[in-house]
Amino acid sequence: MSQMDLPPYATTGQRIWHYSFLVICGLIFFFLIAPILVIIPLSFNAENFFTFTPGMLAFDPEAYSLKHYKDFFTNPDWQQALVNSVRIAPVATIISVSLGTLAAIGLSQDHVPFRRAIMAILISPMIVPLIISAAGMYFFYSRIGLQGTYIGVVLAHAALGIPFVIITVTATLVGFDRSLTRAAANMGADPMTTFFRVQMPLILPGVISGGLFAFITSFDEVVVVLFVGSAKQQTLPWQMFTGLREQISPTILAVATILVVISIGLLTTVEVLRRRSERLRGMSPG
Amino acid sequence: MSDATDTGPVLAADGRPLKRSLQRALRAEKLRALALIAPLLIFILVTFIAPIADMLFRSVENEIVSDTLPRTTLALDGWDHKSGQIPSEDVFAAFTYDLVAAAERKQHTRLGTRLNYEMTGISSLFRKTGRRVDDFGELYMDQFVDLDPAWVEPATWVTLFADPAWISSFEDWQAGDRKDATRPQPLFVASDTLGTILPETTDSYTEFARVAQTVNADSPLEETPWAPVYEALYRDLSRADSAAIAALEGPARTLLAPAQAAVAGFRTETLSDLYIDVDKDWGDPEVWATIQAFTPKYTAGYFLNAVDLQQTADGIAVQPEDQRIYFLLFKRTMFMSMMIMGSCVLLGYPIAYLLSNLSLRASNLLLILVLLPFWASLLVRTSAWKVLLQQQGVINDVLVWLGLVDDGHRLVMINNQFGTIVAMTHILLPFMILPLYSVMKTIPHTYVRAAKSLGATNWTAFWRVYFPQSVPGIGAGCILVFILSIGYYITPELVGGTTGTFISNRIAYHISSSLNWGLAAALGAILLAVVLILYWAYDRLVGIDNVSLG
Repeated sequence: MSQMDLPPYATTGQRIWHYSFLVICGLIFFFLIAPILVIIPLSFNAENFFTFTPGMLAFDPEAYSLKHYKDFFTNPDWQQALVNSVRIAPVATIISVSLGTLAAIGLSQDHVPFRRAIMAILISPMIVPLIISAAGMYFFYSRIGLQGTYIGVVLAHAALGIPFVIITVTATLVGFDRSLTRAAANMGADPMTTFFRVQMPLILPGVISGGLFAFITSFDEVVVVLFVGSAKQQTLPWQMFTGLREQISPTILAVATILVVISIGLLTTVEVLRRRSERLRGMSPG
Repeated sequence: MSDATDTGPVLAADGRPLKRSLQRALRAEKLRALALIAPLLIFILVTFIAPIADMLFRSVENEIVSDTLPRTTLALDGWDHKSGQIPSEDVFAAFTYDLVAAAERKQHTRLGTRLNYEMTGISSLFRKTGRRVDDFGELYMDQFVDLDPAWVEPATWVTLFADPAWISSFEDWQAGDRKDATRPQPLFVASDTLGTILPETTDSYTEFARVAQTVNADSPLEETPWAPVYEALYRDLSRADSAAIAALEGPARTLLAPAQAAVAGFRTETLSDLYIDVDKDWGDPEVWATIQAFTPKYTAGYFLNAVDLQQTADGIAVQPEDQRIYFLLFKRTMFMSMMIMGSCVLLGYPIAYLLSNLSLRASNLLLILVLLPFWASLLVRTSAWKVLLQQQGVINDVLVWLGLVDDGHRLVMINNQFGTIVAMTHILLPFMILPLYSVMKTIPHTYVRAAKSLGATNWTAFWRVYFPQSVPGIGAGCILVFILSIGYYITPELVGGTTGTFISNRIAYHISSSLNWGLAAALGAILLAVVLILYWAYDRLVGIDNVSLG
């Protein structure tokens, strides 16, 4: 039963207020969504403009084209950036997820000395402003020869993704029934079997959504890669950043549209996983 | 449990005391937990915490002055900058030995750049002088060579000043393969005998020989010393004890004794005049005071610069009016973050209220609309705002079409504070809505109904009953949005222009353009301190374990 329904005895003033509140909320939702949606039609613009041409408003098929998409898929700069992004993000994600899941399991044990301090250190990459992380990594990685290398960027991105893995996996482990592992051990399963056959399937949704967060963190990241990377590690966001700052070309809108589609896919996956996990733990009625 | 005392300690199945067994089990459990955490902890310490520590170290580190000018650092110790006089000849001599070596190593321009942060003009002063300093002492060089042509021979200097052990190991090296990179030249070592009689010459010749070996890969046996070494020889000989020189043996005595007798009659020049001749700024005690003020290995100078102060010889002073920008930038960063935080509360509160009062199905659906911007790439959202806010952009077009704005007077909404605030409010709004929503979900509706049934109007019921319970959510959301916004770099850089930039843009500028890394590190350290204080507050208020993601 929704609390937002108007009671039948509402006065006119209450009715007016109720509907204006809904209008205000609608406007705020419009503010949230419209900027993202508006770039989608603009990316099919046949002209090199950033606004709707009269032809587009008249739905003239001539005014629409796929030329910006064609540019994205043929321009070597954009292709190289795409390749770099695809080479960096998955490796960083694997590092974050494997180390992060182990640590989250460790942290969820009953007796962990210095738990608060360890947690604070592990979460810190999410709290420290990116520009400070980028500055520190630039200074330190130059000292040890990792600045401007593929490995340097991967390590930096893995560090940035770890808090998300820790948070999501720890949250899943809160609802994990420890007697299940004890039961498995009781029936003769060794720790590895217990982990992979009993614990892992149950916390998998949390691990995957943590992994998706880590992936999107690396895939979207631009500040750290600007400083830690060199021209050889130029990623998609980096290319968009320079594109927006210097020669602003509508290809950016085509790339943006593709990225929006990817994020819709990721968001859907995470939501489905979250609901599945809540259902498994009996925490959600729906 | 009183019967335990009668029968002694309770024993476990294996016969050990139960207490000990339990302790052992607990310890094993702790160790296992730590073993699981350790790999990640080490990873984060190396890839993330060490870089932050490095940055903090750089914000106070200042070894460049004392490393590049070690002799000057010592010599300036006795000089009082308040005297209004330039330092003594000794300081100028020490500075000459340091500068000629630094110029040869190409370090003097870096030092000049460092000191230029503290006093404008020093950079060009160092560059200019670095080109000329290897002539200083030429007057004496000529006179020594006129006296005895042996003084121009590299071999003379090596025989006089080198340690015999070094000579033999150097000859061994020369006999072998010189190109072999695994066999470096043995570094020049001076003999002790002349070190006490002619300290400055020994020191400056050692410096020369080592620079020749390491920088130019030359052999000291083939290179005539640079002129400042002759300056040192002149200064040493005019002060040396003639009895000690007379007591020397071999070539040392035959060369040095007549030279010492002759120096009294040499034509002379003063080094300070030579310097002032290159640039009159060397006659300004302020320049020397600046060098002196920055000789310590660690300095608060960068932090002082970061808050518009500067370290001078007389203590801490305020920067000149036209260079006071950081306080303004910090103030602007704070102000704009507050504005963004305020707009996020204004826009986020109604949405969170709506979401928490709708049925679960409807609210889950609407939540997607909040989460989509949260998941969309930051660059996507920033480029969207760039497209919308431009003068030829969508919003201006719509306003012109509606007739609200004249075509000639399109609104300027980008590259200023307005653009930054609008774009960042949009970007950070989900971070306000989500914590607010999670708090509001837990507020029971019965309280508001109870208030109404007791006669409260809708407004009173909301303001006196509902709102106070939602305050923790507002607090959490505000701190989160504020923490995120004060460190933002990308969006202000792209839509902020010159008036809408944050302190983070200045940090990036110092790292990549002005190369004043120390100042960048100090600004970063201040920003980090602010963020950590807020983080601590957030932890107290919400608990870091309770952070949830969507």
